[in-house]
Amino acid sequence: MTFDLVLNGVRRTVQAAPGDSLMDLLRRLGCKSVKNGCDDGYCGACAVLLDGRAVNACLVFAARAAGHRVDTLEGLSREGVLHPVQRAALDLGAVQCGFCTPGIVMTALDLLARNPRPTEHEVREALAGNYCRCTGYVKPVEAILAAAAEMREAAE
Amino acid sequence: MSDKFEVVGTSERKVDGLALITGRPVFAGDLDLPHTLHLALLASPHAHARIRRIDAGGAARLPGVALVLTHENTPSLRFTTAGQGYPEPSPYDARMFDSKVRFVGDRVAVVAAESPRLAREALSLIAVDYEVLPAALSLDAALAPGAPVIHDEADAEGIWDAPHNLAAALDVAVGDTPAAFAECVAVVETTCETQYAQHAPLETHVCQSYLDDNGRLVLYTSTQVPFHLRRIVARILDLPIHRIRVVKPRIGGGFGVKQEVLLEDVCALVTMRTGRPARWEYTRSEEFVSARTRHPFRIRVKVGAREDGVLHAIEMDAIQNTGAYGTHSLTVLSNAGSKTLPLYNKAPHLRFTGRSVYTNLPVGGAYRGYGGTQASFPLETALDRLAERLGLDPVELRRRNHIGSGETSPIFAEMGEGREGVPMIIKSCAIPECLNAGMEAFGWAHKRARPRDTGPVRRGVGMSLHMQGSGIPLIDMGAATIKMNDDGSFHLLIGATDLGTGSDTILGQIAAEVLGVRLEQIVVYSSDTDFTPFDTGAYASSTTYVTGKAVERAAREVEEQIRRVAAVMLQTEAGAVQLGDGRVIAPDGRSVTLAEVCTRAYYGADQFQIGATASCVPEESPPPFMASFAEVAVDVETGQVRVLDYVAAVDCGTPINPRMAEGQVEGAVANGIGYALTEEYLFTPGGKVRNADLSRYKIPRTLDLPPIRVILVDSYEPTGPMGAKSIAEIGINGPAPSIANAIYHATGVRLARTPFTPERVWRALREAGIG
Repeated sequence: MTFDLVLNGVRRTVQAAPGDSLMDLLRRLGCKSVKNGCDDGYCGACAVLLDGRAVNACLVFAARAAGHRVDTLEGLSREGVLHPVQRAALDLGAVQCGFCTPGIVMTALDLLARNPRPTEHEVREALAGNYCRCTGYVKPVEAILAAAAEMREAAE
Repeated sequence: MSDKFEVVGTSERKVDGLALITGRPVFAGDLDLPHTLHLALLASPHAHARIRRIDAGGAARLPGVALVLTHENTPSLRFTTAGQGYPEPSPYDARMFDSKVRFVGDRVAVVAAESPRLAREALSLIAVDYEVLPAALSLDAALAPGAPVIHDEADAEGIWDAPHNLAAALDVAVGDTPAAFAECVAVVETTCETQYAQHAPLETHVCQSYLDDNGRLVLYTSTQVPFHLRRIVARILDLPIHRIRVVKPRIGGGFGVKQEVLLEDVCALVTMRTGRPARWEYTRSEEFVSARTRHPFRIRVKVGAREDGVLHAIEMDAIQNTGAYGTHSLTVLSNAGSKTLPLYNKAPHLRFTGRSVYTNLPVGGAYRGYGGTQASFPLETALDRLAERLGLDPVELRRRNHIGSGETSPIFAEMGEGREGVPMIIKSCAIPECLNAGMEAFGWAHKRARPRDTGPVRRGVGMSLHMQGSGIPLIDMGAATIKMNDDGSFHLLIGATDLGTGSDTILGQIAAEVLGVRLEQIVVYSSDTDFTPFDTGAYASSTTYVTGKAVERAAREVEEQIRRVAAVMLQTEAGAVQLGDGRVIAPDGRSVTLAEVCTRAYYGADQFQIGATASCVPEESPPPFMASFAEVAVDVETGQVRVLDYVAAVDCGTPINPRMAEGQVEGAVANGIGYALTEEYLFTPGGKVRNADLSRYKIPRTLDLPPIRVILVDSYEPTGPMGAKSIAEIGINGPAPSIANAIYHATGVRLARTPFTPERVWRALREAGIG
């Protein structure tokens, strides 16, 4: 089937087979930041924003994105300027192997759009569907809190 | 000590951080090659069976299938999948495909087809006639008289005693333990069992292979051991080593499971036979079943002390389940002793006995902690019992017994990696500082003195002490090449393998420190057998200490060449100039930039390439140390254990990059908490893994973990690069014993089997009449 979606702000006409997942489609379109960690909806490595809300792309049929807005990590830092979440993650050592990182960043964007002033527990709740085996989550949580503070300051 | 450094000791951003945080396609699975064949695995449904007949014709005839590989059309020589130094200390007991399968998940056949879906579809068209054999599905079953012989093949090499299912065995005695126990005032004996567990890197194993323009085979793969992999694949395929290039791009975690050759031999063969690129990626379920695991152990520990609370004798008898193949069997077994017993060098009488047992269950392998994790649990819980028997605080018992600077242990010389070890005097040991800093941050004295709770939720605290190593002495080797560019920057080429640990970054920091430049002036390129010098790989906590030393040496040689050129330019002596801030400065303050130095070397008189290659083969393996403290709350009505607080105080020498060093411990502790509380393979009666997915194999999520507080105490290892030792593994050893001891403190119940699941804790509490 052929349909349109808005991928990282650009309208695209795409093709997908009926059983294709959004993860398969996005990776085929070159969005390799969408990682396949389990293909089963448990690990969160394929998290993307569908109309601004984080979803596990492996659990969403590609066709579900028809006419909708999809955002992946590739669309976040155009013109080489890092988003505060990305910057904090680098500065605070929140990235180790980096495989879970795209999913964590997308989940954090969803959280911060709805809750600019999250507590540590709220960050942990938001990330409860994102497995990371490298960091013990200490520094990713710290980075998201730091980015939230920076974004609030910038907004004031 | 680290105050004297400029770049070392600072928390620089990762050199690969920008690529990772912007989602660049830098992982092995992100490569799209035209005309790729996709591979799918037919795995054994039986724990033990002989293949009477295999008919792959139906699959091979399916349109879109290029190739079906079975034992009938593949190389038959035996090897070990363990990516270790040559000759490997693991037995050659595996084949690419065998006529016998030895566990549910063993390789039977692989299909190469135009799409992943087609490859999987073709699997169902392979007809296999199995002669099902009796299986040995536990340590006891495999050791029983008349047990099925798992490796009855005539051509295996290096198995200790195949007819009795023993992959390896060890017996090390120092002094006379039976006599010594008779001289003790307190003796404690305990037997603990540990479970099958999995590394669960977020990226499963993935390999892509192709032929380059000159017909050479390229393996682009998620591996910890590019050079061992090249050697092993060359042997299996009977290819000259120089016809193979192995590239490790960014990889999504390893933790030991990628110290194995699991996909690359088959990918390589498909590409060699078809001339086409091949891609094989384990599914998550295959990763659990067919990749590698943490060897389960049953360990009996006996410890005895004299009236002064000083240990007099320690015995450890370890029985290891290596599963269907003996990968890392001997070395994990020996590390169970060598990464625990030296910690308590006051005991003059020591005995370590061990057996590695084949079973028809998933295959053990290298896993962060590498035997030290399994053996720390019985030893550190036995010491907790002993402290109670002696009326001592557990910290005080450790204080009276731990190894110290200027001291040694006979174990260093007796127990090596599959052979005798290397004697060593400890030069840096900040255990007292770890104990003090950890106790204070944790609030040990206060929490320990609280009266035992009597309600449904009972809090308690426990601690344990740990060591690991820094590489394998006189076996491991790392090398580094540094070459200078005419803008004053440098290329650092290293065979070392960054698994996400940040080794590329810290090795760059070491080079930058010596050369007096910022980290941005170092272009780090690693893990490509065509372009980087040899390195044994990322395992045994070796990279910082071993490769780091090689980088330091190469940088010093380059520094010397720069001095000589600059001295001519400045008309002074090479010994009189200083490097710093990207310049070379004469005693009178005149200076030239590094760019000017290299431009002269490129284009001026006596032209040459400023550059050097240096190697390091370590003569010792200085242990990092860690004091670990855990606070738990045990719900005696449900058996649920929650970890409320965790402090790890670590002596890793100089932390080259403190935040990344902390991150290593935080991640290892989190992984260890999963191992202690929830992570466990469950099996059907037929030996099939029942929970081969991330919903039923429970690794910790954000909400499952306590604050993990890491303290890096001040320490300096004189033999290490800039004073550094290792840090990657040690953190994982702490949680199981610290939590077990805390559960005892909370409830008075001792747990002897990991993980401490609610059911297991609930049963133990009921047996003790609690709750």
